Amino acid sequence: MTDDPRPMLHARGVSKFFPGAVALDDVELKLYPGEVHALLGENGAGKSTLIKCLTGVYRRDGGVITLDGADIAPHSTLDSQKLGIGTVYQEVNLLPNLTVAENLFLGRQPTRLGLLARRRMVTEAREVLADYGLDIDPAEPLTSYSVAVQQVVAIARAVEMSGKVLILDEPTASLDRDEVQLLFSVIRTLKARGLAVVFITHFLDQVFDISDRATILRNGRVVGTRLLDGVSQTDIVTLMLGRQLEARVHDRAPRTLGDLLIEVDGLAKSGMLDPASLRIHKGEVVGLAGLLGSGRTETANLIFGAVPADQGRILREGHEIRVTNPREAVAQGFALCPEDRKTDGIVGDLSVRDNIVLALQARQGWWRPIPRAKVTEIAEHYVKALDIRLASLDMPIRLLSGGNQQKALLARWLATAPDFLILDEPTRGIDVGAHAEIIALIESLREQGMALLVASSELEELVAYSTRVIVLRDRRQVSELTGDAISTSNIIHAIADEPIQEAS
Amino acid sequence: MIRSHHLPLMVTLATFVLAYALCGMQYPSMFSTRVVANLLTDNAFLGIVAVGMTFVILSGGIDLSVGSVIAFSGVFLAVILRDTAIHPLAAFVLVLCITTAFGASMGALIHYLEMPPFIVTLAGMFLARGAAYVLSTDSVPIDHAFYDVLKDIYWKAPSGGRFRLIGGLMIVTFVVAGLVLHRTRFGQNVYALGGGAATARLMGVPLAGTTIGIYAVSGGLAGLAGIVFSLYTSAGYSLATVGVELDAIAAVVIGGTLLSGGYGFVAGTFFGILIMGLIQTYIVFDGSLSSWWTKIVIGGLLFAFILLQKGLTWATTTRRKTATGFATQS
Repeated sequence: MTDDPRPMLHARGVSKFFPGAVALDDVELKLYPGEVHALLGENGAGKSTLIKCLTGVYRRDGGVITLDGADIAPHSTLDSQKLGIGTVYQEVNLLPNLTVAENLFLGRQPTRLGLLARRRMVTEAREVLADYGLDIDPAEPLTSYSVAVQQVVAIARAVEMSGKVLILDEPTASLDRDEVQLLFSVIRTLKARGLAVVFITHFLDQVFDISDRATILRNGRVVGTRLLDGVSQTDIVTLMLGRQLEARVHDRAPRTLGDLLIEVDGLAKSGMLDPASLRIHKGEVVGLAGLLGSGRTETANLIFGAVPADQGRILREGHEIRVTNPREAVAQGFALCPEDRKTDGIVGDLSVRDNIVLALQARQGWWRPIPRAKVTEIAEHYVKALDIRLASLDMPIRLLSGGNQQKALLARWLATAPDFLILDEPTRGIDVGAHAEIIALIESLREQGMALLVASSELEELVAYSTRVIVLRDRRQVSELTGDAISTSNIIHAIADEPIQEAS
Repeated sequence: MIRSHHLPLMVTLATFVLAYALCGMQYPSMFSTRVVANLLTDNAFLGIVAVGMTFVILSGGIDLSVGSVIAFSGVFLAVILRDTAIHPLAAFVLVLCITTAFGASMGALIHYLEMPPFIVTLAGMFLARGAAYVLSTDSVPIDHAFYDVLKDIYWKAPSGGRFRLIGGLMIVTFVVAGLVLHRTRFGQNVYALGGGAATARLMGVPLAGTTIGIYAVSGGLAGLAGIVFSLYTSAGYSLATVGVELDAIAAVVIGGTLLSGGYGFVAGTFFGILIMGLIQTYIVFDGSLSSWWTKIVIGGLLFAFILLQKGLTWATTTRRKTATGFATQS
């Protein structure tokens, strides 16, 4: 199919700079009419930046984009829609207070004598939606239909308005299996109509199900474009994560396990995580590996009670405990350093000192303030112990660098003397030096007998500190690696759902 | 089929019918055309300003300036008719232009400076009231032949009720507003804005034009209400219509429009006005009740309607959640 010399959309040499960072570097993307093209990459690889450049949310800093042979430079989403590029996002971007027909035709309603022809609008909406295999009443409010139907309505709106390129940004993230099939049948129809479809998702099975080709991005560069017929999932995962499949044997001294501390039994939440079970001993680091959206963060949040689970139970030293919210988790000696420290972690305008004692104070109760001198003592202790670099304890924490913020956040939870520490992406967005320090810290906490659960997308990092690695895929636990079997290549094979190779 | 977002409108309608029936059973003369005609005449200015408020609240905003704008319009008309030889019709046009521009500029501030409507229109409230004081601190009577002509236009019902011009003007305003909201692109954009500004922008709704248009409508209708009020009282007084913006908001909410925007009908506001007028009429008929009971009953009704709205929002969101499951935010 790629014999057709003229692509529908051709982006060449596209670059985008942000202050202090190159988000896209000389990126090329070719979309042919009648193909479904997957855009793959881990978080921060540049997928969304590329999409935003195509749809006019960002202005590109370099490169050429041609659509149907003509150069384009969209300056707003409306502009790109008019040019022919329609986008559908994960969160349905339609208005919940309007009807299906009103949503479909907003901004281009049929009129008669200057007034909207509402009846004609409903009739036309019914006809349009029939093309997409939907037999629904367009005069009903949008919210009376399921998310999958809403998603198809959004696609119909995008295609009817634009009609050349359709970008689907994680459209399946909140759909169940049957709903995904409904969506795919719509995508196949559009493919037959000659649209170029860009499909972004973290579910590799879906990529292989529906897509013809894939472009893989890493660190703002294109690392490969592949026809999906001839490649395996392993090839794609390797490209995405950028690790060579060399077998690395680690010098792994036999570690003596402490007592069983936490046992998680069948913890699940529908649409988020299939039942997960795991056991964590004192003095053990359990790694959670998997692609984005595979259930890493979800597992951490469920155990901590940040998101209440539907079913399953948690046992601590053999006794069942109740963890339905973070407060109860903290009372049980749990601690969680969340993935997104800017929104879920630090309180930017509070001083470093106050940020460090926040969790301890919260556990004590606000009516029993910790004396100022004690606060300073605690803060100073951790600043020294974790080597947090700052000018003064009173400076607002947002002024610290990413690595130091992360360490301060860690200090906050260490101050509560937890037995069980959950770290979600502890090294995201911090520099190499701080990286190594965090890893060393994890090691030393483990040696002190703490139980740790670490979710990370950095495979080498997981290999370095984990005593066991649990691999997740499509919100399910698919594999558990222990001892010498822990290697980046085995993790990648498990993620790609292929047989585990014996460590050599 | 009655949809969930029609329910508040139905409740308002049922409340009005029930209340009117109860009042009528106690005082059968409340069914007379005289009472109905007075209900329309007495509440004409409030009804017109509440129409503007419906636009604003549907879009998720609020306009606190309207009471002051009514007072300003009244004083402006009185002063200009006293001191100049301008024909009242020309003065009306002038007032409408000034108040529409005033509303539009508040809308522009709200949109371009991304300021909360509450603050911007609060400033507008002080500005308009201050401007009214500057024109005159006394009550200025309006004594013009044309005013008498306008006041003499009425349709006398067979049983004696006089349906005056201003009541008719209110009804025309409601009908036109209903058409604009439901049958024009601008009206759809008002609803879209109330459904979610960020989504509306992604869907290509011109946010700037819509926001400015909405506050211009509200300002212009406040000007029209000022004209009606001056016809009603034959005077302009800078201390008049204090707190009318709150009455208008109350009427809109009792009329079933969601305060957070997006859901509601201008017809609901009409019945909201009638309910409030009915309470006042009942108190007049009773004669022994303090007029403050109006406020107490309106307060109670507001609470009831806010609870109803909350219940409905809650019911729809929980229903949606079961359909959605949990959307992971990775």
